[in-house]
Amino acid sequence: MGSISLQHVKKSFGEVQIIPDISLDINDGEFVVFVGPSGCGKSTLLRLIAGLEDTTSGQILLDGEDMTKAPPARRGLAMVFQSYALYPHMTVRDNIAFPLKMAKAPKELIDQKVEYAARTLNLSSYLDRRPRALSGGQRQRVAIGRAIVREPKAFLFDEPLSNLDAALRVNMRLEITELHQQLKTTMIYVTHDQVEAMTMADRIVVLNAGNVEQFGSPLDLYKKPANRFVAGFIGSPKMNFIDGPEAAKHNAHSIGVRPEHFTLATSATSGAWKGKVGVAEQLGSDTFLHVHVEGLGLMTIRTDGDQTFSHGDDVYLTPDPTRIYRFDAAGNAI
Amino acid sequence: MARTVPASTRIGFTLLAWVIALLLFSPILWVLLTAFKTEAEAIAASPTFLPQNFTLENFAAVQDRSDYFKHAFNSIVVSLGSTLLGLAIGIPAAWAMAFAPTKRTKDVLMWMLSTKMMPAVGVLIPIYLIFRDLRLLDTVHGLTLIMTLINLPIIIWMLYTYFKEIPVDILEAARMDGAELWNEIVHVLVPMAVPGIASTLLLNVILAWNEAFWTITLTSGRAGTLTAFISSFSSPQGLFLAKLSAASLLAIAPILLMGWFSQKQLVRGLTFGAVK
Repeated sequence: MGSISLQHVKKSFGEVQIIPDISLDINDGEFVVFVGPSGCGKSTLLRLIAGLEDTTSGQILLDGEDMTKAPPARRGLAMVFQSYALYPHMTVRDNIAFPLKMAKAPKELIDQKVEYAARTLNLSSYLDRRPRALSGGQRQRVAIGRAIVREPKAFLFDEPLSNLDAALRVNMRLEITELHQQLKTTMIYVTHDQVEAMTMADRIVVLNAGNVEQFGSPLDLYKKPANRFVAGFIGSPKMNFIDGPEAAKHNAHSIGVRPEHFTLATSATSGAWKGKVGVAEQLGSDTFLHVHVEGLGLMTIRTDGDQTFSHGDDVYLTPDPTRIYRFDAAGNAI
Repeated sequence: MARTVPASTRIGFTLLAWVIALLLFSPILWVLLTAFKTEAEAIAASPTFLPQNFTLENFAAVQDRSDYFKHAFNSIVVSLGSTLLGLAIGIPAAWAMAFAPTKRTKDVLMWMLSTKMMPAVGVLIPIYLIFRDLRLLDTVHGLTLIMTLINLPIIIWMLYTYFKEIPVDILEAARMDGAELWNEIVHVLVPMAVPGIASTLLLNVILAWNEAFWTITLTSGRAGTLTAFISSFSSPQGLFLAKLSAASLLAIAPILLMGWFSQKQLVRGLTFGAVK
């Protein structure tokens, strides 16, 4: 079991309030991602759950039991750090075995579990190496191995892939997702990368300035963002926002259109916004056009990779009327 | 681009370094050579550089007059004992200051260091009276205690500096892995800080070994260390330079050898953290 419940959790460092008041319920076996910009409090929130920071007020319940004051060692959670945080003086085998040794497990059981974790993570041939003799990806696997053997109530990942190169990041993302499907243990994963959040999560918590902006499934967040912040944060490239008279036509303070929700034409069509291509980023599968639209500003458009545009080309944009997001003056979705 | 240094400048600096090193080493060299001379040769009006009549009789005389091995044993017990005791107190203290600091941690560190700025003689009378009342005068454990106390600020400062270099993530990982505080210190912090702890140990053994003020003041015959041993030669036989040199050489030889063999560790430890 591994349900986690946060009830009115607050955290301040001196005068600075990092988490004003958060309540969340994470179900057993769920993969939840905390996502948000730097400094939004996502890592602090994870550390509060881990017990590495004390809450200023509020309660943290693990499987219904109040663990707010319990030290990290007693919470039965495992954590994977961004820096891997392996013990440099121990071999891979000893690193993975460390939590079991701390739990005073019998030697045969330790050997058995270490072998199993090493097999699962393709580390069997590295067991006698020190961490410094491993690559970044292997080190992160050791850190995950160390977490697995504890059979924790939940795994906590603190930006575990940030130190890896782009290709390896994609591989490890997949491996962690597969691991979740295999173990079915609750996982909380912190990242600032919304692509990681969208691809891995069962549910995403979008945080901003210590507040939960929205908590829902990836597609919910994409299709029904609760406010302008979530709309802008989820989705890549970012949603285009338009204020002023154009928004007023839709009875809104501002409207948002995602780059993929435009119809693009090279000749004038009625009601289309006329613009000039500034930069065309060609990715092969897609092309991202940065278009200066008269009176509305710079817009990003996602279009087919086969279409070629160059700087200064005239284009006409028609937003899909069924996919225009409307926001009030406070930024909330209408 | 690499900086180029003219050959003349390089040679000049090398020579200067050698001259300074020889100047620093000259008193030890003088003691080393004089210890093997006869008394007559040692005080000759036209001194010789190398012993003309090589002799070991000074060493025999020194051992006859005063028990070298007893003093050496006391030196070992006091310097090692005070250092180990200091580390036993210093490691948890430095852990607390490095990894669980409060608003006052820096002040406490400065205050501890400030005790080293005061001349020892300033607290001679109270410490002497306390030692007298606690019957610690001229005892090895009394001397070990005072040596621990006077070197503790340096031990804590050095360890604090090394511990600050250790990523806190690793200690937090140990906490998450179920390690209680004791296990975190013993299984994770200490093995990672071995170079720092080793150089702290070496430096403090050297400091305690060479300490003279408290040793001479608080001991007489029984608990005297090698510094008291040399001192006991300087007053009655101050003019017997060869015997005094032999006594000095015997006193400094063990620590000199230890320093020689551990110089790599010492230098590494003392510059630890200077370049990350």
